[in-house]
Amino acid sequence: MAAILSVQNLSKQYDGGFQALKNVNLDIDEGEILALLGPNGAGKTTLISIICGLVNPSSGTAKVGGFDVVGDYRQARSLIGLVPQEIALEPFQTVMDALRFTRGLFGKRNDPALLKSILEKLSLWDKKDAKTMELSGGMKRRVLIAKALCHEPRVLFLDEPTAGVDVELRKEMWDVVRQLKQDGVTIILTTHYIEEAEAIADRVGVIRSGELLLVEEKETLMQRMGQRQLRVELMQPLDGIPEALGHYDLDYDAETQALVYSYEANGERTGIASLFADLSKAGIILRDIETKQSSLEDIFVGLVEDKA
Amino acid sequence: MNFQAVRSIYSFEMARFFRTLSQSLISPVLSTSLYFIVFGAAIGSRIDEIDGVSYGAFIVPGLIMLSVLTQSISNASFGIYFPKFLGSIYELHTAPVSFIEIVLGYVGAAATKSALIGLVILGTAEFFVDFEILHWGAMLAFLALTCISFSLFGFIIGVWSKNFEQLQMVPLLVITPLVFLGGSFYSISMLPPFWQTVTLFNPVVYLISGFRWAFYGTADINIGISLMMIAVFMLICLAIIGWTFKTGYKIKT
Ligand SMILES: Nc1ncnc2c1ncn2[C@@H]1O[C@H](COP(=O)(O)OP(=O)(O)O)[C@@H](O)[C@H]1O
Ligand SMILES: [Mg+2]
Repeated sequence: MAAILSVQNLSKQYDGGFQALKNVNLDIDEGEILALLGPNGAGKTTLISIICGLVNPSSGTAKVGGFDVVGDYRQARSLIGLVPQEIALEPFQTVMDALRFTRGLFGKRNDPALLKSILEKLSLWDKKDAKTMELSGGMKRRVLIAKALCHEPRVLFLDEPTAGVDVELRKEMWDVVRQLKQDGVTIILTTHYIEEAEAIADRVGVIRSGELLLVEEKETLMQRMGQRQLRVELMQPLDGIPEALGHYDLDYDAETQALVYSYEANGERTGIASLFADLSKAGIILRDIETKQSSLEDIFVGLVEDKA
Repeated sequence: MNFQAVRSIYSFEMARFFRTLSQSLISPVLSTSLYFIVFGAAIGSRIDEIDGVSYGAFIVPGLIMLSVLTQSISNASFGIYFPKFLGSIYELHTAPVSFIEIVLGYVGAAATKSALIGLVILGTAEFFVDFEILHWGAMLAFLALTCISFSLFGFIIGVWSKNFEQLQMVPLLVITPLVFLGGSFYSISMLPPFWQTVTLFNPVVYLISGFRWAFYGTADINIGISLMMIAVFMLICLAIIGWTFKTGYKIKT
């Protein structure tokens, strides 16, 4: 499939001298959902701000549908919808007026049937005459999505769509995103939640300190990220790992008197049950157990080490 | 050219004006009425005619200019500053619009609003004083030129302002004194020669003088020079806007 978005050697140095993006390269296929995963300050907003026209790049290019976002900005921007990270709406405007305004900015005539279908899809139709300041936070965010969709973009950017949103709303947002994908919209969203990337993305790009460390199919990445650790604290210290347990991926931490077992959370068999059986067979008595998912930070460390 | 976008911005801005119509109109109309009562009726009855025009009628053009200038600046500066303040300006940057379309939309709307206010004040003045307008065409042209150039000026202030204080500083500290000292309430020829010369550095003098010529056919300054000065002012504003656009100063990072 042809790339609808192509980013080449993109860098951004802000006026203060801060290097927010370092030589980013990225191709996105039409119709996919790509999650840009990275901690706060990684450069996610900077990257999509350049593509959408909010920030000027220092060097490199970005093309949408073959149009350069700087040189052919009119054609490029016509294809793009942006839902910004921060909620920013004219408080006294009604939802319907807000949509009409945006559609007009994109040079398109009012299309009541289309705006109605967008509002219905986002469960906002009954709020069409409400002033935006009268809406709840979740509704405001949906108004922003509706605004981003009302000129029928082919690529939609969602900047942290679920940051600070409760679980219920997050699920709802994911449903909206899936629905949009079915309608054929290409979606790029940023997030700092692994679970979010896991839940809705087809591919995941991992970004840190302005560098795009990798872009991979979600399944591949999740296997890498799916490492879990089981810590088993023992009543008595061990001299080393007993022979009978040699075939497990075990480490012994003498300081805390604990055995650390690493396993694939997504694997068919985790091996935990047989490990416990073998521990008791070997006469080892447990005091406490704890499991831990590798954190985003662990994964970054892993990725950086892998690259080195 | 994305005319639909210009229309969208223009009608959105006009909608804000009509939504707060009473506010938008009452305050300029009220303050102008007070001027007419105090200066026109109370004090004016004791002042001689100036160039054959009664004092009450003499101050009409100046009072209209006073409102039109301040309204143009505050409407245009607020129009572009408010989305910046709210953050909703992201829409202008991500839409397929150029700076020219943005300027046309915001400045066009601000100029329309202040022209409407100017005409309403003109109508209000009819209640207080008798006057005839000699050159209707010139009067409307002067009004339009003033509204457009000072809306451009206001737009620049709105783009450059970092907070609400800066937004209000220029109209308050610069425009009001210039208008008061620009011959709204007196003829330049009434000043001692030294102050007459100083006054010539005040751009508002040319506006008011020209505007008054359109009303009564008499002016402190040649009408051609007045027109030239306002054209120069407009060109300067356009040049600053063009430069702002080119460098992206204060608009984009
Ligand atoms: N306008 C700006 N001027 C200077 N530095 C900025 C600006 N915007 C963002 N930054 C810096 O660039 C880095 C990346 O920011 P951002 O792209 O917002 O990250 P993210 O969206 O991943 O949290 C941060 O360190 C931030 O402080
Ligand atoms: Mg961000």
